[in-house]
Amino acid sequence: MRILVLTKPVPDPAAGAERLGPDFRLDRSASPSVVNGNDEYALEAALQLVEAHGGEVAILSMAPANGTETMRKALAMGATRGVLVTDESLAGADMAATIPVLAAAAASEEFDLLLAGLDTSDGQGGAVAAGVAARLGLPLLSAAAAIEPDPAAGRVRVRRLSAKGYDVIEAPMPAVISCTQALGAPRYPSLKGIMAARSREIAQRSLGDLGDVPVPSGGWATRVTDAEPPPARAAGRVVRGAPDEAAREIVDFLAGRRLI
Amino acid sequence: MPPVILAVAEVADGSLTKLSTEVATLSRQLAAEAGGEAVGLVVDAAPDAAAAELATYLPRVVSVTSPAVANEVWAPHATAEVRRLVDEGVTHVLVGATTDGRDLAGTLVGLLGWGFLANASGVTWAGDSPQVEASVLGAKAITTSVLSGPDGILSVRLNAVTAETAASEGSVEPRAAADAPAAPAAAVLDRVAEAGAEASLEEARIVVVGGRGVASTEGFGIVQDIAAELGGVVGATRASVDAGWIPYARQIGQTGKVVKPALYLGLGVSGAMQHRVGMQSAESIVVVNRDPDAPIGEVADLFVVGDLFEVGPALLAELRARRGG
Ligand SMILES: Cc1cc2nc3c(=O)[nH]c(=O)nc-3n(C[C@H](O)[C@H](O)[C@H](O)COP(=O)(O)OP(=O)(O)OC[C@H]3O[C@@H](n4cnc5c(N)ncnc54)[C@H](O)[C@@H]3O)c2cc1C
Ligand SMILES: Nc1ncnc2c1ncn2[C@@H]1O[C@H](COP(=O)(O)O)[C@@H](O)[C@H]1O
Repeated sequence: MRILVLTKPVPDPAAGAERLGPDFRLDRSASPSVVNGNDEYALEAALQLVEAHGGEVAILSMAPANGTETMRKALAMGATRGVLVTDESLAGADMAATIPVLAAAAASEEFDLLLAGLDTSDGQGGAVAAGVAARLGLPLLSAAAAIEPDPAAGRVRVRRLSAKGYDVIEAPMPAVISCTQALGAPRYPSLKGIMAARSREIAQRSLGDLGDVPVPSGGWATRVTDAEPPPARAAGRVVRGAPDEAAREIVDFLAGRRLI
Repeated sequence: MPPVILAVAEVADGSLTKLSTEVATLSRQLAAEAGGEAVGLVVDAAPDAAAAELATYLPRVVSVTSPAVANEVWAPHATAEVRRLVDEGVTHVLVGATTDGRDLAGTLVGLLGWGFLANASGVTWAGDSPQVEASVLGAKAITTSVLSGPDGILSVRLNAVTAETAASEGSVEPRAAADAPAAPAAAVLDRVAEAGAEASLEEARIVVVGGRGVASTEGFGIVQDIAAELGGVVGATRASVDAGWIPYARQIGQTGKVVKPALYLGLGVSGAMQHRVGMQSAESIVVVNRDPDAPIGEVADLFVVGDLFEVGPALLAELRARRGG
């Protein structure tokens, strides 16, 4: 099986230093980049699928030129090659621009499954997988908690998380799947993997290389006009004391706020 | 041209979801601010009851009977209906920020190239565009965004507005489904309900959360008991989900649910950034943690320093005593 995984470099949420620049775009110098958390689940699922069924995992990113650094982390987990779409004219691209670019880049790859994260930790739009699927005319299997391909039958079955539990859904391959944490924790790259990743190919493509992509020339379809830190919460009260006393404090607090 | 603002509703067990009533209210309010029109859409195998309910919020509702959504995923079919309405003049599409809503939004962005503003926690009309507030970067910033063009798509978070029915009831226009879905639709072979996933975490007024400090499946007993006593719903951190004490459907945070309850009560939760993203806009936050330096303290209104296995049972007893007396 050939699996292509969409991996987005995002500011490391654990570093806690993400911020927006004066133009309200992401200030990428503020924080180290990591592979988006949900994309790591997608990558782990892809690696397990090729371990079971044979084949190859490749990754695709649209990012600034230094996106290769973050992509190496994904290659170190076991993906064998990468494609990076990078173009000055894509700086600050929104969802409406990102979707056709990723779709065009994916269209020039051969794959049975195209995996993406359910959403991203920086923007959390959660719409790219569906958009790419629609542009490629492929079925979308979203919010995957388990992925079971049947290569002989050319079909794939997914457990899709629902409000009540999960739905079992199925579609012919090639198909697009958006992936959740419920697929299982990603592996840590081995030292051998990290070494091997250094020499793996990351093909760079400009917008022009992708042919005729409908990306707007006169500005993006959306604009950020302001960004503020979230309103600070009033400082809370700290209670120490015997359990009975603490319990009374909690109940008084709840009663005071009409919560009981 | 005045905008025509479409609220796409979702149906659960025959009636509108709470979020859908809010999305409908929002589209009516925006249309009033913009001097435009508001329309509602229901796409379901049996849409009648939900469409009638939606018409209490909106002047006009399109009710599509789509037998296909009984055994195929909803979004490609719903998107086909939205496209028909776009051809008829709809300029703005509002969906709930749910999996189905996002699938619809993404499909539409892919097909139409329209601008998409995600996860609105507040929306007003400003000049010629909706103006959307959304929390980004793991709740580090709240951005205000607008659409550059005359059309676009918004996904709306729960509790962005308070649902309010309209002064007068609207009309319902029944329709047969479009000939084909807007994109290939996966087949639904089975719908499985899991224990522990019934009560809606996102809609709960009170959420009681057990973190790693709860230490075991049995440890969740005290969390469950307190939730039951308060009429609340149980939530979890990733640590307690990963440990297998509680299903993933209960997880709050970046890769779980985003909740905005009247009360968040956390037991043995450290308050990692990825968890706080999902809960820090709760109206009241009360936590019990034996580590006074736990980062959850930064957002707590009341921080009880103590052992949850001592404070928890005492709290349960106190709640029961007050209720009894
Ligand atoms: C990509 C990514 C996505 C993530 N998404 C999420 C997410 O969606 N949701 C989420 O929750 N996390 C998420 N995390 C994980 C997050 O970083 C934390 O690891 C997790 O939230 C910690 O859970 P916890 O607070 O239960 O555990 P811990 O951090 O281990 O905290 C346990 C707390 O319990 C206290 N405690 C222990 N015993 C007792 C006792 N007897 N009485 C009182 N207090 C006690 C301790 O003092 C401690 O503060 C994500 C991480 C990554 C990398
Ligand atoms: N710039 C990008 N490069 C590669 N993949 C992306 C990019 N943006 C989004 N994706 C993929 O789409 C998923 C959902 O992203 P989003 O819809 O932006 O929340 C991510 O988890 C990635 O798998």
